[in-house]
Parts: sequence; C-alpha cells; structure tokens
Amino acid sequence: MLRSSQPLTGPNRKRCREDEMLLGTVLDEGERGFIIDTRSAQAAKQARMTGGGTEPKSSYPHWRRLHRPLERGRPLQESFIKLVEACNDASITMDRWLSRLESCRWLSHVKAALSTACLAAQCMDREEASVLVHGAEGTDTTLLVTALAQVILDPSCRTLVGFQGLLEREWIEAGHPFHLRCARSAYSHARLKQEAPLFLLFLDCVWQLSRQFPFSLEFSECLLLTLFDNAYASAYGTFLCNNEKERCLCKVKESTHSLWAWLNQPGERKRYLNPLYSHNALVIWPSVEPQSIQLWQGLFFRWIRPSQHLDEAWAEIQRLAESN
Amino acid sequence: VENVRLLDRLSSRKAALGTLYLTATHVIFVENGSETRKETWVLHSQISSIEKQATTATGCPLLIRCKNFQVIQLVIPQERDCHDVYISLIRLARPVKYEELYCFSFNPKLDKEEREQGWKLVDLNEEYNRMGIPNNYWQISDVNRDYGVCDSYPTEVYLPKSVTAHIIVGSSKFRSRRRFPALSYYCKDNNASICRSSQPLSGFSARCLEDEQMLQAIRKANPGSDFLYVVDTRPKLNAMANRAAGKGYENEDNYSNIKFQFIGIENIHVMRNSLQKMLEVCELKSPSMSDFLWGLENSGWLKHIKAIMDAGIFIAKAVAEEGVSVLVHCSDGWDRTAQVCSVASLLLDPYYRTMKGFMVLIEKDWVSFGHKFNHRYGNLDGDPKEISPVIDQFIECVWQLMEQFPCAFEFNERFLIHIQHHVYSCQFGNFLCNSQKERRELKIQERTYSLWAHLWKNRADYLNPLYRSDHSQTQATLRPQMAPCNFLYKFWSGMYNRFEKGLHPRQSVTDYLMAVKEETQQLEEELEVLGERLANLQKSKLNYNKVKSKQQDRSKQLGLSMSNNSLANTPQEYSNDLKSFPSRTPSQGDEEDSALILTQDNLKSSDPDLSANSDQESGVEDLSCRSPSGGGCLPSEDSGKDSDEAAFLAV
Repeated sequence: MLRSSQPLTGPNRKRCREDEMLLGTVLDEGERGFIIDTRSAQAAKQARMTGGGTEPKSSYPHWRRLHRPLERGRPLQESFIKLVEACNDASITMDRWLSRLESCRWLSHVKAALSTACLAAQCMDREEASVLVHGAEGTDTTLLVTALAQVILDPSCRTLVGFQGLLEREWIEAGHPFHLRCARSAYSHARLKQEAPLFLLFLDCVWQLSRQFPFSLEFSECLLLTLFDNAYASAYGTFLCNNEKERCLCKVKESTHSLWAWLNQPGERKRYLNPLYSHNALVIWPSVEPQSIQLWQGLFFRWIRPSQHLDEAWAEIQRLAESN
Repeated sequence: VENVRLLDRLSSRKAALGTLYLTATHVIFVENGSETRKETWVLHSQISSIEKQATTATGCPLLIRCKNFQVIQLVIPQERDCHDVYISLIRLARPVKYEELYCFSFNPKLDKEEREQGWKLVDLNEEYNRMGIPNNYWQISDVNRDYGVCDSYPTEVYLPKSVTAHIIVGSSKFRSRRRFPALSYYCKDNNASICRSSQPLSGFSARCLEDEQMLQAIRKANPGSDFLYVVDTRPKLNAMANRAAGKGYENEDNYSNIKFQFIGIENIHVMRNSLQKMLEVCELKSPSMSDFLWGLENSGWLKHIKAIMDAGIFIAKAVAEEGVSVLVHCSDGWDRTAQVCSVASLLLDPYYRTMKGFMVLIEKDWVSFGHKFNHRYGNLDGDPKEISPVIDQFIECVWQLMEQFPCAFEFNERFLIHIQHHVYSCQFGNFLCNSQKERRELKIQERTYSLWAHLWKNRADYLNPLYRSDHSQTQATLRPQMAPCNFLYKFWSGMYNRFEKGLHPRQSVTDYLMAVKEETQQLEEELEVLGERLANLQKSKLNYNKVKSKQQDRSKQLGLSMSNNSLANTPQEYSNDLKSFPSRTPSQGDEEDSALILTQDNLKSSDPDLSANSDQESGVEDLSCRSPSGGGCLPSEDSGKDSDEAAFLAV
C-alpha cells in the first residue's frame, strides 16, 4: 500500500515520466494496481484547474482508479461541532433525536471511512493487488484510509506497541498537520479554516472496530480517549507541530517528553490494555451496515452519562479475564 | 421441492441450492453440499407473512417473514410448485385449532412426572409469599375461583385484607372486562404496592361506591402514605374519548385522596404499525446511515420503548422514593398495564433480575393476569388488528436496561431472545390462549411442556458472567438516567437482525467470560480437591498416575480455544467495483429441537371462544389509530406532544 498526494497534471494534462516509472516499478509483470482517490470524480477533475488532478489512464495503464469521496476540512469540522451540540442538547425529545443525529452526518462519515479502508484492504488481501491512496494533499483522508486499512489487515498494528508505531508512521511522521487540525475542538467559536477532526474520525473508526472485534485489539477505549485528549492538548510533545520538519526546527525532541514513553510505563500501561485481547492473526472485516455503526458514547457522552455502572462492568470484565 | 435456491438477503449473488421440505410443523431447507448439508428450519407458528413475488428468469421468488424477525428468500424454479408451496404455507401458518400447534406434538422425551415438575417450577403462591403476603394488609382471595367474577383474571388474586367479596364484585362491574384492581407487586420495606386494573366504566359522570371503596382500601393498605397514585397509561385524548363510550378514567373528585396521572403510551395499533415500519427499515438493501436513522425515527419505535420505560420509572420512583402506592390501568389492563407493571417491578426488586425471578415476573404480570397471547401473537388465525408486539416491547425494555446496567441481571441477551422466540413458536404451552381459564379448559399443563423448565435446564447458556449477587448494582433499585437520555436507547440489532450473522461480532464476549468463569471455578474446585489429597498423602497410598491423567484431561477440556479465530470472517460487499467478493454467510434459523412428523392425533376439543376481541380503544377506531403517518385521524394530535407530556409526567 502506498500513499501520496495528487499528481500535478493540471489543465494541460502534464505527464511525469519519473512518476510513471515509480508506480510502474511497484507492480510486477502482469499485475494490476488500484488507485483510491479520496475525492469525488468531479472534485478530482476540478482540481486540474488549480494545477492538480488525477492519474490519466493512458499514462498509468496498469492502475485502475476508484473514487471514494471522504469528507474533510470545514464540512467535517462542522459535522463534529453539530454532533457535540446535539449531544449536549437536553431539550431534544426522543422523536427528534435520531434525525438530529443524522443531520450531523458524523456517523455517515464513519461509515464512509470504514468502507474505504475496507476497500483498500480488500484490494490487497482479496485481489492481491497493490494500492495507492491519495486525496488532494495526502495529509488527511489519505492517512485516515491507510492507517485504518492497516489496523484491519495487520495483526501487529492491533497490539499496543504496534498501534503506537502505526500512529507514529501514518499520522505523525506522514505529516498530518496536528497543530492546524487539532486546534480548538468543538466548542470554540473561532471557526478556524484549517481545523478538522480527521484524527478523531480515525479514532472513532478504530473504536467501531474494537466494538465489532472485542478480542482483537490489544488496547482499550481508554487509550483512544487519551489519544484524543492529547491530540488537542498535551503535556507531551508527540502531537506538536505539523510535520517532522517543524518538529526539528522547534527542537521538540530535545525540549519535550514523549507521550509514548509515559504510556508504556509498566504502571500506566495496564490502563490501556484490553483484558479480552487474544492475538488474532486474521484480517478483521467490519460490517459497515448502519446497524453496526454506533455513536461512540464513551467519547461524545463522556461528561454527560453516568459511567458508574459501566465502569463497574468493565472492572468485572477485567477481573474475570485476569483470573484466567 | 428440489432445486430451490435460498438467497442471502443482502447479497443476491450468493445463493444456496437445495431442497425444500414442508412438514406438519416446519418448513425445512436442506442445502445440497457434499459435506455441509446445512439446514434451515422454520416453524410454521413463526411465519408472519408469505409473499409471492414476480416470476423472473431464474424462477419464482417466495419471501417468508417470521415473527422472530427471520426473513427467508427462496426461489422456486417452477411456478406451479411455488404456488403450491405458497398455498400450503398460508394454510399451515394459520392454524384454526389449538391441536394443530407444535406444542401438542412436541416430544422432549420426558415422563409424566418430569412434565409436571416442569410446570411447577414457577409457583406464584410462593412468589407472593416471598413478597411477604399474607400479612396485616394483604391477603389472597378466592372470590374468582370459578372465574365467576372476571374470566380473564386468575383464580387467585391478592387484595387488601379489608376488602369484602361484595366490594370486589361491585368494583368488577364498574371496570372494563370486569378487571378489578388487584395486587401486582408489594414492597414490604414501606408497604407501598402496585395494583393493576382496567379502566373504570365512569363515562362522564357514573360512580360506583364499591370501586371507590376498593381504591380506598388499597390506599389504606399503605399506612405510610395518605394518597394513592392512579396512573392511566393511555394518552389523555384516548382516555377522554373513551368517556364518550361509557368508560374513561377516575375522577379525582369522586375518589378520595387519589392523584391522577396520564402517561401516554400509544395503543396496540400504533405499536403494530411502528414495528412494521422498523422492519421495513431493516429490510432495506444497503441503506445509507441517513436512510437508516430517518427510517428508524419515522417508525417511532424507540420513542415508544422510552415511553414504556418512563412509565415504569415513574411508578418505581413512586413506590421506592415516595413510598406511595400506585394503581395502574390502560383500557383493558392487559397490554400497557402489563408492560408498565413488569418494568416497574424489575426496577424495584433485584429478584426479578435473576433468571428464576424473571420467569416468575412473566408468569405473574403476563400469564396469570390474562395477557391475550393468542390474539396478540397469533397462535391461531385471528383478527389481524389484534396482533401487536406488546411483550416484544417489554422484552426490549429489559434489554435496554441490561445495556445500561450490565452487572445487574443474572441472565443475558440470549435468554431474552429465546423467550421472545418461544412466545411465537408455540413449542411450549406457556404462551397459549388468552387467559388462565382457557388454558385450564384445554388442559395445557397435561398436554404440553413448560418453557421455563426447558430454559432452566439450559440455564448455563443464559447466564450473565458479569452478574454478581453481592454487587452494588444488583442490590439496589435501578435508577435509569432520566434526562438527557435519548442516546441511551439503542437499536437492538441482536433481536431485529438476529439472523444476519455478518452484522454481529463474531465472538461473544458473554460466552467467553462465562467460559472463563467456569474454568476458574473448576480450577478452584480442583485446587481444593488437590489440597485435600495432599493432606491425606500420609494416610493413604496415592496413585500418582491417576492424578496426572485427570489433570491432563481437565486442561484439554478447559483450553479455551480462541481459535474460533480460525473461523475467518468474510468481508461484506464494500464496493460494486471489485468483482465477486465473498459476502456474509447465509442466515440460518435458530432451531431448538429436531423435527417431528405430526401423528394423526385426533384430539378433539372445542376451542375457547375467540370472539372476545380487544376493545378497539374507544370503540372509535379512527381516534385510536393514530399511526405515525398521522393520516385520516380525528382530531389529529401531534404525536410529539404526547411524548412531551409523557416526559413531563414522568418527572
């Protein structure tokens, strides 16, 4: 699986031999590959007007392009804000709640993200084909897809250590602009242009996986919530800046502590483990039917719902699993 | 019929080829396959509707919808055969006599005594004793011993000690269907009680001294409170409309010291339509999130569930926190009243959250108090307007509570699903007929088996591993969050998409934890045994080999194979662009027992009178039939208003 940003074909359908060669070397003789473009076909076409575009079929004959539009940017942030507002609105009656939830579109985004990641995984696992994922910049929906696909495909990404490695690789080093994206979260009136909860969407999708495969992830919901918290506000430097270059310039590694170092301490680590975990060597294929996708209550109702009974249940699960 | 295809509901590409069999009790599809021979069994009693669809090039499609929400899509090659099957199933799914039902031929190979013991497992007398009755305030009454006062009530009713037969009879004449106020639950800690009845025949101004005395007696049976709540679970408008028909509700002016409340729960027709709409949503092919959420909201289903729950919460609060007794009724006191009383009891008393206690609860508030199982769930072919998912809603309320309070119930989701299944299966005799009287006339206990015994025998499958009887959750009254709480009500895909294996987690956490629990227990027991043996080492000659092999066997047995992982799950169709992706395995019916060919058993007995249909609410059908679509009803009231009212009243 490869990721990139969009090719700069532009309105004049420019070609780039090097790029074509690069993608050519990925495929073996007679093999074919899939390009998953996270923009709609129309959006991708329009991108040509501003210098971007898509890979023309004639230049990349062995690659088949699929469009799977995923929401990003402003609309995604609006979706998030609306959802949080709805969750905190005590005046909604039961007969309006679901339509209100629907109007936020958040769950639709979760469904779309999971479906696209599954598609990428299917290409690799079932079709045994290589996959190239890109959107426009390659820093948002691209990373969402590639990271999720790996959780689905690769058991080592489902371990506590492996998942951290995945985050480092596919989000932090890959250059997801955390500083811009995770600025003020849902309550701010600032409405910053660059803010968008892609990382949260990723965490939500991972949570959906943990619900559908309760034994297959080594980490618990607690980890996901901690990651969410730290992406927006952290005592650690792990999620600072927008890319490796900035982190170097800011001397992040020299002047801050790593979140991973803290999480992996023997005393802390325990909190983030899933007591039901049992190594699953297989690919985990989630159901993306609406019934299978649920609102992440642990996050969106974190401060609203009384958690006492659920905490007790979780403690009991831990107790039972540990006694095994 | 051979060469029939069973389609996977969600992927029309994936179909199993096999042979279709029709027996006296089941429809069976057997897949052609060298090794697998996978079978799908459906009881005729479970069939809700059969739809013959337009013939295509591949054959004649037949869609069977079941009451347990299984949906089976068959394609029969020949039109003639399809028609024959269709006609046969129509007849088989609509039995005319009780004797046609499976329970009369079902044979679990138990002897007469075992059958009897099975029926004795749940004893309501014992239950009322457990509550603390008889005592200074309450006693058992045999006034209805021959069903002379009320034919839908049991022979044994529990009433305030001060009440005479005269008062009971008088009150019964003033109540719809003669269903006079009787005890459902008594809280010995504070003497508050939950009583139930039907609506009074008060019209606009009628009074009945005995009925007023009855309520007074109920109130006085609770010395800790100087008033009595009277809860009418109908929407106010419906109750008012009933007055025009000579029925209605209690006037606070006439009854001393009562506080009257409406808690608007819609009637059986609205609920039937609501379920119908929700099932239509479930049948959508590859719905978007939007389709699903809109469709679910449109059905109103979760709103109704919440309304029932809110009513139960109100009553539980009144009893537990205010120490005030409550009289609950709806129209006839056999639907919403049953739902609400049993939810309240469940919240109040941890006993009902045990497996045995739950069976007792259903026996008490549903079976003994004359919930019309036959009419509601269509044991026999009857008026389609009587059909309604009343007990289904109650069962769902229990599940919703289980999700909010995971440690509080001794039983698990599977227990609920199997009970629901058997409400419709007619495999056991518990849920037949419309009243205790009818069941006794048919000699149900002598001719059929009890579901409770069957479930009890298999109780290991139904346990909740998180339940601990000493746990804080289990001891107290459950107090579900009141508001905001919309999000707490989830769509129960375990029930309504029960047979779509692809939708559910492949491995059950419940089963895993139960296995862990059992293993731990066995290991602890073994540790004890070994400890004793070690102590006896000096005394007797220990056979070392014997112990060793025993340990080995144990560890094999107990080895929890999580290598159910080897059952790789398959991806669903995420995309139409990629060709031929394996999708989910076809659904398989949840069969309980092996087939039986019905013997030519010519037991003849007259069927009980089926003509006593439910009161069509006010007898004015239009008013009662306020379907969510809101069409053609007078005066059309915004259904939203009622739920606001409900929320307000529920405090």
